[in-house]
Amino acid sequence: MTTILDDLSRVDSDHLDELHTALAAAATRDELLDVAYRTVDSPVGALLLAATQKGIVRVAFEGEDHEAVLDVLSTRLSPRILLAPARLDAAARELDEYFAGRRTSFDLPLDFSLSGGFRLTVLDHLRSIAYGHTESYSEVASAAGSPRAVRAVGSACATNPLPVIVPCHRVLRSDGSLGGYLGGLDAKRALLAMEAAA
Amino acid sequence: MRPFESIVAEHGARVLRVCRAVVGPIDADDAWSETFLAALRAYPDLRPDSDVGAWLVTIAHRKAIDVLRGRSRAPLPVGDLPDAQSRIGIPDDDGRELWSAVAALPDRQRLALAYHYLGGMPHAITAELIGGSVESVRRAASDGIAALRMVYRPTHERSTS
Repeated sequence: MTTILDDLSRVDSDHLDELHTALAAAATRDELLDVAYRTVDSPVGALLLAATQKGIVRVAFEGEDHEAVLDVLSTRLSPRILLAPARLDAAARELDEYFAGRRTSFDLPLDFSLSGGFRLTVLDHLRSIAYGHTESYSEVASAAGSPRAVRAVGSACATNPLPVIVPCHRVLRSDGSLGGYLGGLDAKRALLAMEAAA
Repeated sequence: MRPFESIVAEHGARVLRVCRAVVGPIDADDAWSETFLAALRAYPDLRPDSDVGAWLVTIAHRKAIDVLRGRSRAPLPVGDLPDAQSRIGIPDDDGRELWSAVAALPDRQRLALAYHYLGGMPHAITAELIGGSVESVRRAASDGIAALRMVYRPTHERSTS
């Protein structure tokens, strides 16, 4: 009896992968795929990329624990989440070009629904800091209209949902030291070195 | 609430086994896709304490019934009953022998077998889905297995002979 059940139970994992791919496509077609995600390799470790129908909503470093990040997206945005690389093809390509030194700015639709208030104002300003340039936390605070809100700028950077694409790594302490980075200081150092060399 | 991806990863194989047994391997892919698409649609409203496996098997049951009803209106493509005697000992690489044996089972036996042995559901859940007492569902499942043993020889027994 058990062996008949073994034969009935045999499932090929490639077959399941094909079904999964078709499901992601059908979910996209029916506008049921609220969050699509994939991971990409990069010189600063594996990056999780997630996108809503509006645009890229989250980039996460390995150290942030990708499973935990997806759980947060499920709670804050929608649990209709699937591994669905197609929606992130353009983002993956642009990140590849950036890490290869062939791209200095990103041309991707972004979804800022994970940020609000002053943090959103800060992120908005960060996008105007050009490739290879840096600003201090207090310069960013002034530019964001609140010169005394240096600590709040720090926390806006520390909670940036779109690191690398929104370049919080280009913000340093006034004395030129690194400050913090949610991808780890090695990653921040690597990104700044790469941009300085290009 | 867990991301839907983890639901597919955890239950995808189980739902495919159930769909294959109920509608056969050809239509199983469609039934699987319809099941998970419907589940994705309803997922945000699923109560947090729900048994996700039972929920999916219930959806798969409805989708499979749709497929079977569609077939009874259209000409039935599976008319080829297994010829038990002549096929014994012949390798069944594509599983045709096995699936035609399953398709030849009476509906109640096939569903009771699929939901319990392949879907991992207690017989009580099958009874809710297909009617009848829990005991009659239990009997249908074991009668189904017994009927398969009469006509089908598992692949692992063949290599030794």
